[in-house]
Amino acid sequence: MLKWLFHSQLYLGLAQAATVAVTALIVAGFAARRGAKIGGEIPFALLRGLVQILLIGALLALLMRGPWWTSIPLLLAMVFIAATIVRRRVPELPGAYSLSLWCMSAGAGGVILFMTLMGIIEPRVTMLIPVGSMVIAQNMNIQSLFLNRFLGEVNAHRGEIESALALGAAPETAVSPYLQASFHASLIPAADNLRSLGIVWIPGIMTGMLLSGSSPLYAALYQFVVLAMIFTAGGLSCLTATHLAPRRMFTTHHQLLRVAAD
Amino acid sequence: MPRMDMTVLEARHLSRAHPASGGLKPLLLDVSFRLLRGQVMAVTGPSGAGKTTLLRLLNRLDEPTGGELLLHGEDSRKLDPAQLRRKIGMVMQRPYLFAGTAAGNIGYGPSQRGVILSAAQIEGLLRQVGMTGYAERDVSTLSGGEAQRISIARALANEPEVLLLDEPTSALDPESKQDIEQLLGHLVRERHATCVWVTHDLEQAARVADLALRIEAGNAVGLGTPQEMFHA
Repeated sequence: MLKWLFHSQLYLGLAQAATVAVTALIVAGFAARRGAKIGGEIPFALLRGLVQILLIGALLALLMRGPWWTSIPLLLAMVFIAATIVRRRVPELPGAYSLSLWCMSAGAGGVILFMTLMGIIEPRVTMLIPVGSMVIAQNMNIQSLFLNRFLGEVNAHRGEIESALALGAAPETAVSPYLQASFHASLIPAADNLRSLGIVWIPGIMTGMLLSGSSPLYAALYQFVVLAMIFTAGGLSCLTATHLAPRRMFTTHHQLLRVAAD
Repeated sequence: MPRMDMTVLEARHLSRAHPASGGLKPLLLDVSFRLLRGQVMAVTGPSGAGKTTLLRLLNRLDEPTGGELLLHGEDSRKLDPAQLRRKIGMVMQRPYLFAGTAAGNIGYGPSQRGVILSAAQIEGLLRQVGMTGYAERDVSTLSGGEAQRISIARALANEPEVLLLDEPTSALDPESKQDIEQLLGHLVRERHATCVWVTHDLEQAARVADLALRIEAGNAVGLGTPQEMFHA
């Protein structure tokens, strides 16, 4: 229907964005009436997402003409911003910003670097930015899930953790069951995405590649590659977090800090 | 054989304050006492007086903001926290057992220093707490009293020199409460363990302790024998 009304691709895109945004707002309104606390965040998140993606589109149009290395500062900026967003999810955790920065550098950074060196991500702006940003964004979600869950587990099991400490356990050992639970829970969405790939959903990058005329088989294979990269980066960042996060929860004398989860 | 008149645990002006709006809020102020080998000291006082805070300082689950704690005359801060906690065991108000079997819980402390208890050693500890044959029982199936017995065996498995008991019977029904009190009294006497027993039950304190320390609003307001403290 919109195609009949708009003949310019830009206006058509804006109209499509407005339609889905209004639909999402209606759903958020219903959710708010049912007491969900996300209602207030949604209009701002939609507007922010739209502005950000338009800006990145304009920036990409500009960068596409430049050399590949111009994508490095952009990817680095994405990691720094993602770490800020993760910190906001766990503001009670001491040093949450530097922790998530380290974890995402190890996870998303390590995977993007390795895959680029292997030639799986081609070193050109139009490849590095979209694929890199997908890995970083999903890594951010996984990191938020991990730390949020870990903080919740620690607060819910203070008695067990302090009992373990009182028996002479090291802090890392005392929180080990809760690290494992957080690790598992944070990777469930990424693992489910891999498991349901092609059956339940055909993700964005594959759709994009098909729309731009790539072979469907290559598009499918590359989609698997991207999801596997997301899973690997998530696993790496969580592994890093399992080493670094316990240190933020204890004093140097192995005393559990009082941190409240939201 | 260690001498019975040997000082095992000594607190000197032990204090803890908590950061609060407008400065530090004292939780415990200037508490001092000295315990010989085999002595049992009851710590009494109303809820929120600072009894649990004192135990947490003794086990170094919290850091004192003033004073010092000596174990066999040595400043406890010189000891590695894990090493100190093995020597000063603690039984909490609730058992907080780890998921798994009773044997897994009992073996937890020794396994932290690389010692694996044999089945016979675990059965021996279970026998001491009246739970013979429970080694492979899943702890989620235990009653409150049974779980507390396992948590006592778990603390004893480390062979602590000092045992801290944080109201170990307060969360139990009257029957279990009496059983656990008798069990602990027996174990402490049998092992000549030095013991700090937090309770708000003055009758219990009189039954089990050689010394009693009364804490009110973070201050030690009395230290003496139960007769001096409760029948004065």
